[in-house]
Formats: sequence, C-alpha cells, structure tokens
Amino acid sequence: MYKIVSKKPLNATVTQMEIEAPLVAHKARPGQFIILRVDEDGERIPLTVAGTDPERGTVKIIFQIVGATTEKLNHKEEGEYLQDFAGPLGVATETEGIRKVCIIGGGVGCAIAMPVAQEFHRLGAEVTSIIGFRNRDIVILEKEFTECSDRLYVMTDDGSYGREGNVTVPLKEMLEKGEKFDRIITIGPLIMMKFVTLTAKPYQIPVTVSMNPIMIDGTGMCGGCRLTLNQDGKRVTKFACVDGPDFNGYEVDFDEAMSRNRMYADFERHAYEEACNLFKKEVA
Amino acid sequence: MAGIIPKKNPMPSQEAEVRAHNFNEVALGYSEETALNEASRCLNCKNQPCVSGCPVNIHIPEFIAKVKEGKFEEAYQIINGTSSLPAVCGRVCPQESQCESKCTLGIRFEPVGIGRLERFVADWHNANTKTAPEKPESNGHKVAVVGSGPSGLTCAGDLAKKGYEVTIYEALHTAGGVLVYGIPEFRLPKAIVAKEVETLKELGVNVETNVIIGKTLTIDELFEMGYEAVFVGSGAGLPRFMNIPGEAYKGVYSANEFLTRSNLMKAYREDPVTPIMKGGRVAVVGGGNVAMDAARTALRLGAEKVYIVYRRSMEELPARKEEVEHAQEEGVDFRLLNNPVEILGYNNPDDPRDPKNGFVTGMKCIRMELGEPDASGRRRPVEVAGSEFVLDVDTVIMAIGTSPNPLIKNTTKGLEVNSHGGIIVNEDGLTSREGVFAGGDAVTGAATVISAMGAGKLAAKSIDEYLNRN
Repeated sequence: MYKIVSKKPLNATVTQMEIEAPLVAHKARPGQFIILRVDEDGERIPLTVAGTDPERGTVKIIFQIVGATTEKLNHKEEGEYLQDFAGPLGVATETEGIRKVCIIGGGVGCAIAMPVAQEFHRLGAEVTSIIGFRNRDIVILEKEFTECSDRLYVMTDDGSYGREGNVTVPLKEMLEKGEKFDRIITIGPLIMMKFVTLTAKPYQIPVTVSMNPIMIDGTGMCGGCRLTLNQDGKRVTKFACVDGPDFNGYEVDFDEAMSRNRMYADFERHAYEEACNLFKKEVA
Repeated sequence: MAGIIPKKNPMPSQEAEVRAHNFNEVALGYSEETALNEASRCLNCKNQPCVSGCPVNIHIPEFIAKVKEGKFEEAYQIINGTSSLPAVCGRVCPQESQCESKCTLGIRFEPVGIGRLERFVADWHNANTKTAPEKPESNGHKVAVVGSGPSGLTCAGDLAKKGYEVTIYEALHTAGGVLVYGIPEFRLPKAIVAKEVETLKELGVNVETNVIIGKTLTIDELFEMGYEAVFVGSGAGLPRFMNIPGEAYKGVYSANEFLTRSNLMKAYREDPVTPIMKGGRVAVVGGGNVAMDAARTALRLGAEKVYIVYRRSMEELPARKEEVEHAQEEGVDFRLLNNPVEILGYNNPDDPRDPKNGFVTGMKCIRMELGEPDASGRRRPVEVAGSEFVLDVDTVIMAIGTSPNPLIKNTTKGLEVNSHGGIIVNEDGLTSREGVFAGGDAVTGAATVISAMGAGKLAAKSIDEYLNRN
C-alpha cells in the first residue's frame, strides 16, 4: 500500500497528489510514468511523474478527472492509501545536447511538461514555454512555469486569460521571425501535438511528442499501447510503454493513435457515470 | 495381459454446452475411488520410463504406489520433493508428450493418467492438510528472484527449502506471472495459484509486487543490496504481430492483452472496471495453447462465433491435445491451412466522426497447402495463389508468440542475449554475468509452464552449488 502524503486541487477537475513510494522516487526521471491502482480489483492506469522528492521518498502525480478510476482516485484523501503504485516506466525525456528548447503543454499535459521544463532549466538550457488551456478557470502551474522558463506564453482558447488562441500561435510567430530551437517538446492532447508538429515542419526543427495510449501492464507485455511510426517509408510498430512515451513527432501516425484511444469510449462514459452516481449516493 | 484396464479413467468435466458460457474450471478432478482405480493401472516398471519424460523428474511410480495404498498425503510429499507446483502442473502440463508418452502401458493401451493423478493428489492435500510447511533454518545467504511465474516460483521454492533467504520481485500487482495473467480461470483457477504462492511464503519466501527489475531496481542494485545471486525469470515479453495491413484497427488484440484484460484485470466479470470487447465474431490467429485459451475465453465472453485460424494442419497444431479437444467440443471453429493477409476496417468517407470508424470489419485470409518439410521438420505451408477470402469478424486476436522483454537486457551491462533477445545461458542456467542465472521464457521465448519450471529447478541447483563454492 502506498500512502497519499499530500493532496491539493489545482483546478476544478485537476488534482495534485504526493505518494510515498521511495523506490520510484529515487529512480524517476522527467518524462517517465507510473502505473497505479486505486483499490483492490481496480483498473491499472498510467500517469506521468510530475516530480519527485527522493529525500522524503515521495512522487508527485497530477491527474485530471476524466473517468471512473480518476474519479475514485480523487475521492482518496491525504493519509489514505493507494493499492498499487509501480514505476518508473518508460524512457526518460532526452536532454543531451539540447541547449535551447521550446516546451509546449496543453491542459493537464502541462503537468507532464512542467518537470521536463524544470529539468532543462536545471541543466542550464534556454527554456521557452508555451502553455495552453480552454479558459482562465483551468489554468494550472503558471507559477512553476514562470520559475523555470526564460520566456513563458500562457494561451487560452477564449482569451479569458493570457493571450487568445492555441499554442501554435506564438510558436509560429517565433519560427517565422527566424527563431531556432534545438528541440520542441510537446505534451498534451493528440490533436494539439499533431498541429505543433505540422507548425514546426517547414522549419525542420526536431519535435518530441509524449504519447499517452491505453495501457494495461506498462512493462512491455500486453501490446495494447502500440502505435505506428512512419520511418523511411516503412510503417513500424512501437510500444509506448517500453519504446516511449516520447517519440519523434514527424514519424507518429497521429490519426491512428487518436482512433485507437477511442476504442472503449462507450464503456468509459458508462463507467464514469456509474462511478459518479455511486459517489452522489454516498454523499446523499 | 489379463486384468489390465485398457483405457484411462475419463476426467469428469462440465458439459461442453454449459462450460462454454462460464469461467468455472472445466475439468472437475478424480474422486478418491477413481484415483485408486487409475493408480491400480500403473505397472510400477523398474526402469521408470515416465520419469525421464518429466522436466522436473517427479518420482512418478513411487507417488502412484502411495495413491494405490490410499496414502494420499505421502503421495503428495513425494511429488512435492521435486515439484513446487503440483496442483498447477497436474492441470497445465502437456502430459501426452511428456511422462505419459513414455508409459509402458501406453504401448498397447492408453497410458496411465499421470497428470490426472498428480492433480488429484495435490487437490487432496490442499483440501485436507491444514498444517503449514515447516520453515527451514536460514543458511544466511540471500538470493533475489526476478518474476513470480512458473520458473521464478520453482526456483524460489527449491532455494527456500534449502534455507536460502529468497525475495521474489514481481512487476505486476499480483504474484503468479503467466499463471495469473495468461492462463484462464477455467483451466487453472486463480485460487490454486494463490495457494501455491502462499505455501512459498510459509517457507519464508518474501514476495515484493510492483517492482520492475530493470526499472525500479537494476540487477546491479540487487547485488549492492546484499543478494549474492539473482535468478531472472522475467518471462515472455512483447507480443508479436504479423506486420500485415490493418493491425492497428480497434478490435485487434495480442493474445497477451486479451487474456490479461480477462484474467488479471477480471474483465470477464459482470461489471468490470477494465473493458474488453465481448460478443461478436472473433478470429484467433495461431495454434498454440495461448490461442486455445484466447478462443475459449472469447467464447465465454459471449462471442457468437469463434474461429482458430492456423496456417498449418491439425497435425502440426502445437497446443496441448486436451485443450484442442475441449475447444472443439465447445464449438470453436478450426480454420486450418489458412493465413491472414490483411485486416479490414470500417472507414466512412463522408463522416470522419462516425463512431464505427476504425473498427475491424473482417479479416482477409489466403488458403495454404503443405509443401516440403522446413528446418523444423514440419511441412512448410505455402500459399494457394488466388484463394483469398474474407472472414467476417469484428475482433482479431493475434496469438503468434512473443519476444523476450527488453527491460532487463537494456539495463544490465554484460548480460548477453541472442538475436531474438533471449538471455543466453549455459547448461547450468548461468548467464554471461557472474552470479546471474536465468530460465523460462526470458531465455527460450514462449514455451511451456513445465519447461520453465524445469529451468527454475536447474537454476536453483546451480545457485546452491555456486554459493557453496565461494
């Protein structure tokens, strides 16, 4: 069992927790993920590591309530325990040789982008961050990004905070002005990562995308997280859990990945409603 | 040979039409009376040919002799002397190609039902013996075992019996490896696996779940932590696909994923938390035990039609005979000498948001015929030109094998692997790294439970010798 040592809501649907898991805390690097189960017989879900404190032996996770399991997770309080917490999994984000980087996060993806930005800052790289949200109510981690970024653009779809527009707007402006980056790293909805990649393409700047497919074991056993890369005209199957989650944005078949992520949409919607009803009953 | 009963006592089983719709165990096990009768068929041969057919060399005639006398606990102790998992082996071993294939009785009649007797004895022990096994005195040596599948459990059990302080590290949340995530409940009830793991714990084995060796801890760190030897039984890894068009469509599973969802994550239950595609028309590609397990699981999940698609003929089908028979009885349709060439999916050109987009609609196959024998000695299947046809299915399960998990090889310097990624070991189970032993699917690629147990057993013996030499 793994103790929840702190819990803090970041906005109405996004929560941050610190979990006591010393072995994971000692090993995890930015870009890696963990798999957790909330309770006995619970679903296994992957969540990216949002930070670690090796001295306290804690791992920070940030999650959005999107379904039954995250709903249940959000009902756990400080001092309570999670059934399982395993990791770190996946390959850490590549940092070597990157001196000037543009980090682009979208929505809850910013929680994953943050430790990556912090790591580059710590390594002395020049960090430009662009973080995007639907509206002002769900803006998260602005302070953290300010601290680790040389430049920060906060974007909202409706212009209710920061600048109006999506994350590709400032990226395009910078690239058009001739700004060069060693690498663009983008983490968020698949559709956003696809368009970041398309925006960067004419300027031939390497783009790393962080994939978040459906997973079960997360250790390279089930193959559910497979995705297709287009490499030198060949279609190559890769497994996000052991080969990723970071991939070359120019190679990823985003449309296929988006389709695969919707495989259980009906089931998930139903399970989420059930879970919500259950908690409503408990309250009533 | 007057007085010889020519046929094995049949295994009492759930009726095919009933069991095809539930996840309860298919085979129900011998009664005491049937066991006594079956044991009486054993000729108790002096040269014991059956023992040579057993990868862990169970003293078969001796345990059967005890069954004959009605001394079931003594029979259990004889099996337990060489096998750590009798209740498991009695259920999943391919006896017909191992011990029973060497049975003298089998030359003229049906061989003794050794597997069925083994299962009877183990189940009798589990039901009637409540005393915990005695925990041996520690010899002060610490050994780490990576993975809690059949090879790891066997290795840990054998070492614990010799007094080693053994810790098993398991990546998943439940111990048992393939016995838990792979083999379905109706063939191997999970309570039996849990009981075997419990027995190991009583022997003093420590089981740490949620630790992925190669990620959470490395092999080198295990040595730093004071372990003097490590056994790697990390099992099969990444599933293989055919690399034909359409394998990314929704509804295409690896057998590992399909079975893990159903077995480990309990997707077969009424109101599961982990989803799985239920019902519809299902094609399972492959002919091994895993293919049979996937096909029969799909049936029980409510599929209206389940095909096995295999490119060779019934004779080459590698699955355990009993599983093939069970699958046929339950209504699985064997489409032999067929090979998939493409998986077809739904794409509505007028509506990219059509929820049906990207789901499987069929599988295009080509007929095969057997040509000249290949390197494996089996006749090579060759395509019959122009014989393509479409099988109308909405789920496709690829059960064509796995390649070893890369996590340990990627993080262990000096650990040599072969071109398939399997860890290279010598005849003692020793790898290219001092003090690191390996066995099971991590070495051989997908094989059987009993061969993995044999490898775990060999490694335990080698580790014991290695640590006593120093």
